[in-house]
Amino acid sequence: MMSMITKLLLIVSLLISPALLAAGGGENLDSVYINLADKGSLRRGAHTFVNYCLSCHEASFMRYERMATDLEIDTPTLVENLMFVADKPGELMTINMAPEDAKAWFGVVPPDLSLTARSRGPDWIYTYLRSFYRDETTPTGWNNTLFPSVAMPHVLYEWQGLREALFDESHGVSEFSGFEQIASGKMSEVVYDEAISDLTNFMVYLAEPAKLVRYRIGFWVMGFMLLFIGLTYALKKEYWRDIH
Amino acid sequence: MSLLNWIDDRFPLTKVWQEHMAQYYAPKNFNIWYYFGSLSLLMLVLQIVTGIVLTMHYKPDADLAFASVEYIMRDVPAGWFVRYLHGVGASMFFLTVYLHMFRALLYGSHRHPRELIWLLGMVIYVALMAEAFFGYLLPWGNMSYWGAQVIISLFGAIPGIGEPLAEWIRGDFVISDATLNRFFAFHVILLPLLLALLVYLHIVALHKVGSNNPDGIEIKKNKDKDGIPVDGIPFHPYYTVKDTFGVAVFMAVFLAIVFFVPELGGWFLEKDNFAPADILQTPPDIVPLWYLTPYYSILRAVTFEWLPGGAKLWGVIAMGAAIVMFFFLPWLDRAKVRSIRYRGWLYKTFLMLFVVTFLMLGYLGTKNPGHVDIFWFKNVIWAQIGLVIYFAFFLLMPIYTRLDRTKPEPDRVR
Amino acid sequence: MVDNINNDRRRVLTTVTTGVGLAGAAALAVPLVASMKPSARARAGGAPVEVDITDLAPGQMKVVEWRGKPVWILRRDEAMLLELASIVDDLSDPNSAVVEQQPDYARNAHRSIRSDVLVVLGVCTHLGCAPSKNFDKGAASGLGDDWVGGFFCPCHGSKFDLSGRVYKNVPAPTNLEVPPHTYVSDNRIVIGVDEKETAA
Repeated sequence: MMSMITKLLLIVSLLISPALLAAGGGENLDSVYINLADKGSLRRGAHTFVNYCLSCHEASFMRYERMATDLEIDTPTLVENLMFVADKPGELMTINMAPEDAKAWFGVVPPDLSLTARSRGPDWIYTYLRSFYRDETTPTGWNNTLFPSVAMPHVLYEWQGLREALFDESHGVSEFSGFEQIASGKMSEVVYDEAISDLTNFMVYLAEPAKLVRYRIGFWVMGFMLLFIGLTYALKKEYWRDIH
Repeated sequence: MSLLNWIDDRFPLTKVWQEHMAQYYAPKNFNIWYYFGSLSLLMLVLQIVTGIVLTMHYKPDADLAFASVEYIMRDVPAGWFVRYLHGVGASMFFLTVYLHMFRALLYGSHRHPRELIWLLGMVIYVALMAEAFFGYLLPWGNMSYWGAQVIISLFGAIPGIGEPLAEWIRGDFVISDATLNRFFAFHVILLPLLLALLVYLHIVALHKVGSNNPDGIEIKKNKDKDGIPVDGIPFHPYYTVKDTFGVAVFMAVFLAIVFFVPELGGWFLEKDNFAPADILQTPPDIVPLWYLTPYYSILRAVTFEWLPGGAKLWGVIAMGAAIVMFFFLPWLDRAKVRSIRYRGWLYKTFLMLFVVTFLMLGYLGTKNPGHVDIFWFKNVIWAQIGLVIYFAFFLLMPIYTRLDRTKPEPDRVR
Repeated sequence: MVDNINNDRRRVLTTVTTGVGLAGAAALAVPLVASMKPSARARAGGAPVEVDITDLAPGQMKVVEWRGKPVWILRRDEAMLLELASIVDDLSDPNSAVVEQQPDYARNAHRSIRSDVLVVLGVCTHLGCAPSKNFDKGAASGLGDDWVGGFFCPCHGSKFDLSGRVYKNVPAPTNLEVPPHTYVSDNRIVIGVDEKETAA
């Protein structure tokens, strides 16, 4: 019996262990600390999101009301500070930009951001928003080291200030070696990283609002299952005394 | 119990209960591997129940499908829970089915007189793969789309009729709304009906011949004066309480995944499927979910252009043959004994190699075939080695099982 | 087989495990059943509706949608209001005795907050058909010489007056329902929100 259990565990671990390997990404991403219990951080992130992201991007699967409830924002504050294009709190976070117009202005339709934290991962968002630099050769005047020739301009440049990217040409290929600050923004690097971290935190929430309740219910469910395992085990033992 | 009498006069309720539960004698020496049959049945029921709820909210329309899944995840009360149960459930179903199949290989449950149980089981397995494949398109994520695109294109490799056949399956020249709508019909009606019927037949066949056991010997050979096998115990209550314990442990694992890691690092829900289907943007690595990747690896392992008809055709043939091999297992196995306990080192070695190979192929199938080096060789070389071992396990079986030095079976189960 | 079977322990364990197992199954069923309740989208669709009645002339009616149901907003003129008292004997519930059919602030002779403005759901209380307005009087209405104007349900012939009160001897059992509503200003009504008690 014991050896069978060991074998089973071995098989399960063989099945699951590559999952842990798969978690790492291919690109060099800066890791961000995600803490959905930090409602203050989520609220700051939400504020940045509706003010800066929601002017061109949509989060068309998310309702303002849900966000307010989950992030403990009262309705007057929500309507005053966070709802700019919607009339009712129950509405979805959509914008009034026709896809054809968007295509004409940016060359691409800005993607919906509801699920970006799940499709690309939080580290990607955190790194991407901290990788913009000035580049006169692009149509927008901006470029990004994580997403070269991206159509999106640096929306938060007033916060971060102007930066240029330095490339090392000594090995024959152009290799990114770091940023140089040419004009300071409203925020220091530490404060800017903090703001982006809050925004990323919010986008993780945005991608799966159920995450807030999932863990909480999960612990109760696990408690119940342990009790049930104990009971069924005792019952099985009791009956099987006849056999053994 | 007049109600029971009333029913019994019109329907053999008590008779069925006695014959299949209270007086159905199962060997008393079932071990942990014998949990996975009842757990597979549990998964079938759970998938049908959660599937019904999802069908109430899901829209099989290329313009609405992706949004309707997110609607379930956010707007439908407890919708996220039902969706995760169903999505994680698909993987858990395959996990129990694979372990259930492996049990047969360990103890010879596919051998005479249980060939038909095995064949019905294999048809269930193939139907389940189809069910999973059709279901995977429904969320209309980018991996759904491109996964279906690749798998359906396989049919295009069949000489002559390939391309018209692929078009007939899609109902269009590309994966489209028409494809989604028909896959929905297959996924929610055709295959669940078929699976329920096949599982019923699988159990009827099992109860006709009786269960095998870890010693691989017939308990019906040793009966007491009442005609009851001396090594048999009534299924109810002994195996009902034991299986209930199994259900409790299994559900605890299942629910832990649902509540804490529903994506399981991309193995149960893929990252790329959180982006809507995009006909212009292929995901960097198109891979099916883990339960299909061993066959996907075999498909990709065939890269020999010198084969008549081309590598693509032979890849498809190899993949199909890899599944078909399982059907012949009862007749390929020539050993005098059933259980691994009394087999010699040859079968043990081949079975171990096969399991390692199956897992390795599964792992390789999730990786891009080109650019990964694992130890000494390229990914694809490992897959080719795996392919050889995979087929050797089946094709050499009549030889090595006959040569194998088996131990004598005991008279009674241990 | 052992002889010393403890039947009590066996029975208790079976009962407790069955009970806990059934509780677990019920707990699993709760989300499955709950998923059929109105979703956040349905609830957002049922949000309060604001209506401007500045341009609604006396004797005119407008229809707005709230929770997918038609809401009639009728501005009754002087003559219409006078008729309300005259037909009381023909009505089955003239004084709004059935309290579920209207909020307390509409339990009065004109079944409304502002005496001239009627707000009712245009859903027949019989089987949910949509009654039609028939403001003509007498024979011209096609509903008999003594018809003073009101609403007529074509499905099963139920009749209501200009306050949504049901006539006697028709299939509909109760008066038309007055939805919760409130005035945010003189001419702006919000349907779906109750009149604040302080404001009343």
